[in-house]
Amino acid sequence: MLANFDFSVITSNLPYLFFDGMRFTLGLTAMAAGMGIVLGTLIAMARLSGVPGLKHVAKVYVELMRSLPLVLVIFWFYFLVPYIGAYVTGSPNPIQVGAFPSALITFTLFEAAYFSEIMRAGIQSIPKGQTAAASALGMNYWQSMVNVVLPQAFRNMLPLLLTQTIVLFQDTSLVYVLSLTDFLGAASKVAQRDGRLVEMYLFAAVVYFAVCFTASFLVRRLQARVAIIR
Amino acid sequence: MTSTPMPAPTPGTPVAPAGQAPADSGLQAGNLIQPGTRTGETMIAIDNVSKWYGEFQVLTNCTTSVAKGEVVVVCGPSGSGKSTLIKTVNALEPFQKGQITVAGTKVLDKSTNLPKLRSRVGMVFQHFELFPHLSITDNLTIAQRKVLGRGAEDARKRGLDLLARVGLSAHAHKFPGQLSGGQQQRVAIARALAMNPVVMLFDEPTSALDPEMVGEVLDVMVELAKEGMTMMVVTHEMGFARKVADRVIFMDRGEIVEDAHKDDFFGKPRSERAQTFLSKILQH
Repeated sequence: MLANFDFSVITSNLPYLFFDGMRFTLGLTAMAAGMGIVLGTLIAMARLSGVPGLKHVAKVYVELMRSLPLVLVIFWFYFLVPYIGAYVTGSPNPIQVGAFPSALITFTLFEAAYFSEIMRAGIQSIPKGQTAAASALGMNYWQSMVNVVLPQAFRNMLPLLLTQTIVLFQDTSLVYVLSLTDFLGAASKVAQRDGRLVEMYLFAAVVYFAVCFTASFLVRRLQARVAIIR
Repeated sequence: MTSTPMPAPTPGTPVAPAGQAPADSGLQAGNLIQPGTRTGETMIAIDNVSKWYGEFQVLTNCTTSVAKGEVVVVCGPSGSGKSTLIKTVNALEPFQKGQITVAGTKVLDKSTNLPKLRSRVGMVFQHFELFPHLSITDNLTIAQRKVLGRGAEDARKRGLDLLARVGLSAHAHKFPGQLSGGQQQRVAIARALAMNPVVMLFDEPTSALDPEMVGEVLDVMVELAKEGMTMMVVTHEMGFARKVADRVIFMDRGEIVEDAHKDDFFGKPRSERAQTFLSKILQH
């Protein structure tokens, strides 16, 4: 069966697959993860703030995002954001956001919900005595968060945050619904143009597996190293 | 800072014209520790403080005061509210009734800048609470830099000076997890002192330590007391109390049962509850 395969389709398209496709995938993953962790941390702080309105808004947001399929959210933002933008700015026509910014915003907002749950657990894992000590030294809420609680929470949760980022790396392939070309999209295009579907999809699977497996392995290695000695 | 009229002094407490603490007393960077002169000036005034956890009353009409340079030991059976009381002094524990005045600043007042007040009140915890993600040096300097706005070099110099005073200079680069409990607690004391506090609060500083480490921590505290630091200490270490305390406060079930000069307290406590407590604790 392998005799019918033509693997040269892979080698001849490597630059396109990696410099266009994979670069897009990694870029989107890194940006969405970075912004998602920052936003997720703020949402986690809001949920734990005990401020009635703020706490509930954050909770509803997280629950909503976690109850919707990602594809739906991608569509929803792509088609609705231009109209919301127009409404906010009072423009008569929908605001053109563009597929990439729209995807980036969507992934950031969607992943922030998941990152916020991780950071919430991380913040709650810091003993109360630590915040008491920070307060006793005269730190206000933000100083105590930035200098004492979050660095420890972030460090404790780093393996989980990276694992979630690996999931995000796979999920970015959904940008095909917005006609954006990520790694899988690039493989798909080549496959259809050259009529080599099996080879290309096999290759794409191998690459995704190799990247994710290696990343997971490194996360486990890291996990053992970052644990704070108490 | 406004000078406020003090509540009536507790019987047996040397209280002079009160609330005259200068606004920045103890914040001069030069001297390591506030020079203590027992002028009778009130540092902490606890006036009729009550606190509830829901229905349960943990503190009932507690009234006492600590004069400048005075060392007051708070003791009592577990659950008597002594830790809660000491934590109300810098408002780590909120209270519903009464008032506490620290160096002329009211704790329970909306206009009070609590972080600022707390930065002038050193506190040492039962479980040390050093920041495990920071080196010893960073533990000593972070609040100086972030809260007091000191320069990195000044903060570092003062931190290392104090680290030398507690005998741990060799450990400056280490992390808290690499030190023993007794060493961590000494660092915690140095960290509190680095803020030039006008008063130091100790919440059972030795009760989480292995017996052989209690001494090294108490030595630092005795030293501090001799230098005239105003101290309020929750502890079961009656040896420490005998050695350096001016007064002993005995608490039971959220009340201050006895507030007496050390010699009177150890000689012949007036209340039966204090007598029972002492007989139990001094048996061994």
